[in-house]
Amino acid sequence: MAATERHVRRRAARAAASVPAPTPPARDGAIIDFRGVTKRYDSGDIGLDGVSFAVQPGEFVFLVGASGSGKSTTMRLLIKESEPTGGEITVAGRDLSAISRRRVPYYRRNLGVVFQDYKLLPNRTVYENVAYALQVTGGTRREIREKVPDILRLTGLSLKLHSYPDQLSGGEQQRVSVARAFVNHPPLLLADEPTGNLDPETSIGIMQLLYRINRTGTTVVVATHDVDMVDRMRRRVIELSGGRVIRDERAGGYRQREETTQEFRARLWGEFE
Amino acid sequence: MSFGFFFREAVRALKRNAVPSFAAMATILVTVLILGVFIPMVQATTGAANEVRGKVIADVYMQTNAKQADIDRVQKLIETQVPHVGKVQFVSKKQALAAEREAGRGDYYDLLGSNPLPDTFRITPDNPDNIALIRDALAPRSPSGGRSVVDPAIDEVRNREEDTAKILSVTRVVKLTMALLAILLVTASLLLIANTIRLSLYARRREVEVMKLVGATDWFIRWPFVLEGVMVGAIGGVLAVLLLGVIKVAVVDPLAADFALIAAPETMNFPLLIALLLFASIAVSALGSGISLRRFLRV
Repeated sequence: MAATERHVRRRAARAAASVPAPTPPARDGAIIDFRGVTKRYDSGDIGLDGVSFAVQPGEFVFLVGASGSGKSTTMRLLIKESEPTGGEITVAGRDLSAISRRRVPYYRRNLGVVFQDYKLLPNRTVYENVAYALQVTGGTRREIREKVPDILRLTGLSLKLHSYPDQLSGGEQQRVSVARAFVNHPPLLLADEPTGNLDPETSIGIMQLLYRINRTGTTVVVATHDVDMVDRMRRRVIELSGGRVIRDERAGGYRQREETTQEFRARLWGEFE
Repeated sequence: MSFGFFFREAVRALKRNAVPSFAAMATILVTVLILGVFIPMVQATTGAANEVRGKVIADVYMQTNAKQADIDRVQKLIETQVPHVGKVQFVSKKQALAAEREAGRGDYYDLLGSNPLPDTFRITPDNPDNIALIRDALAPRSPSGGRSVVDPAIDEVRNREEDTAKILSVTRVVKLTMALLAILLVTASLLLIANTIRLSLYARRREVEVMKLVGATDWFIRWPFVLEGVMVGAIGGVLAVLLLGVIKVAVVDPLAADFALIAAPETMNFPLLIALLLFASIAVSALGSGISLRRFLRV
C-alpha cells in the first residue's frame, strides 16, 4: 500500500525534524500511562476507580467492558474533555493536568479521534471534512491538496470525495471519520466504539483500516463492547468493569509474529464466514 | 491563519444556513428601521419641549408711580443680586400698552383714559427649574405666609405659577416617556438580536463541538462566526438605511416644509444618523455572534 509507505516516510521525516526531546516518558517510554486514575462525577457516580495501565508506542489495544464500565470515561479523559478527580494521566510523556485550557486544542491535534457517531461536519463534503483537520492546524492549500486525496485513497473513499455525509452509508461515514483522525498522522489514535453503529461485515472493514494504520507505527486504542471482534483480532485487551481494570491480557499469547495486512484480513474474514 | 479562509468559511455558513441568517438579518433590519425613525422623533420632541420650557419667565411688576431712578435701581438689583437669572427684558408702560394694542385690545385702554399698565421686568431663568428661586429672591416668603418684596418700588413678583407648573410637568412627562420608550426599544432589540443569533448558533452547536474535538482553537472557530455576524449586520443595516432614505425623501422632506416640529433644528443630520445606525448594527451583530458562541465553545 503506497499510501501507507508514504505515511511511514512522513512520520520518520517529522520525527527527525523535531529535535528537542520532550520530558522523558514516565514509565519506560509508554505513550499512555494511567496511574491510579479516578473519576467521580458530580452526581456521585464513579466513572473510574483507581485505574492503572500503560500502553507502549505501536501497540493495538482494546478497551472492553459493559456499558458504564468506564470505557468512554477513559476516552474522554484522554482527549481532555473532562478532568480526572484523582491520579495522573501521562500521554507521550506529558502530564495532562499540566495542559491549560488554552493549550487543549494544540494537544488534541496530536491525537486522532474516532467516535461511534462519526461526528462529521454535516454541511461539508468528504474532502472538506478531512481537509478541515488540516486547516485547523494551519495547513497550506498545497499540503491539503497533497494529503487529503492520499488519505482518502488509503481509506477507500476515492470515489466519494464530493459526497456529503448524509449521502454515505454508516461504514463510509466511519471511514471518513478515520481518515480525518489520521490525516495529521498522529502518533496516537483513539476510537470510541468505532463499530458500535455498524453491521459485522462493515465493522471488519473498519477494524482492518485501524489495523493498517497501526501497522504504520501509530498506537491505536479502541474502546468497544464487540467481544467477537476483539477475540478475532487477537490483540491486547484491557477489560474494565465498574471503573476498575479486571483483565489486562498481553497479545503475546495469541500473536507469534507480525501479520501482514493481507494475512490479517484473510484471518478476519475466514473466521467471520 | 489567513483572512481569506475565515471569509470563505463565513460565506459558506451564510449560504448553508440561509434561513437563520435571513431571520437575523431581518431582525436587524427592523430594529435599525425603528431606531432610525425613533431617534429623530425623540430629538424633535425634546427639542420642542425645550422650546416650551424657554417660555418660562418671571414678571416683576413695578409700582405704577415708579421713577426712572427706581427702575434703574431694581434693574441693578436683579442683575447683581438675584441668582439664576438668564435674561432680563425691560418692558416699559408704553411698550406694554403698544403690545396690548397690537393684540387688538386697544379699545379697552382708550376707555380708561390713562395707562394702568406697570413697568415690568421679564426675567428668563438660566434653567426653567430655577424659576421659583428667582421669585423667592425678589419676594421672600414672610413667616405669616404672604410675600414681601425686597424693594419698595416693586409692586409684585409673579411667575405665572400655573402656566409654569403645567409646562414643567408636561415637558418632564414627555422626556421621561421618551427616555423610557427608548430604553425599552433598545433592550427589546438587543434581546431579539441576541436570541436570533443564539438560535442560529444553536442549530450549529454540533458543528462547533466537532471543530473543537478536531483541535480547532476557540478563535479559529469564532472568527468565521464573527465575520458572518458582520456580514449579516451590514446587509441588514444597509437595507434599513436604504428604506430610511426612501422614507425621508418620500414622506419627511415634503412635510418638513409645513411642520415646524419635523424641521426642528435639534435633529441629528441624516448622514451622521446613518453612520451611527450602520455601525451599531454591525457591532451588535458581530459582538452578538462572538459572545453567544462562548456557551458552545466549552467542550
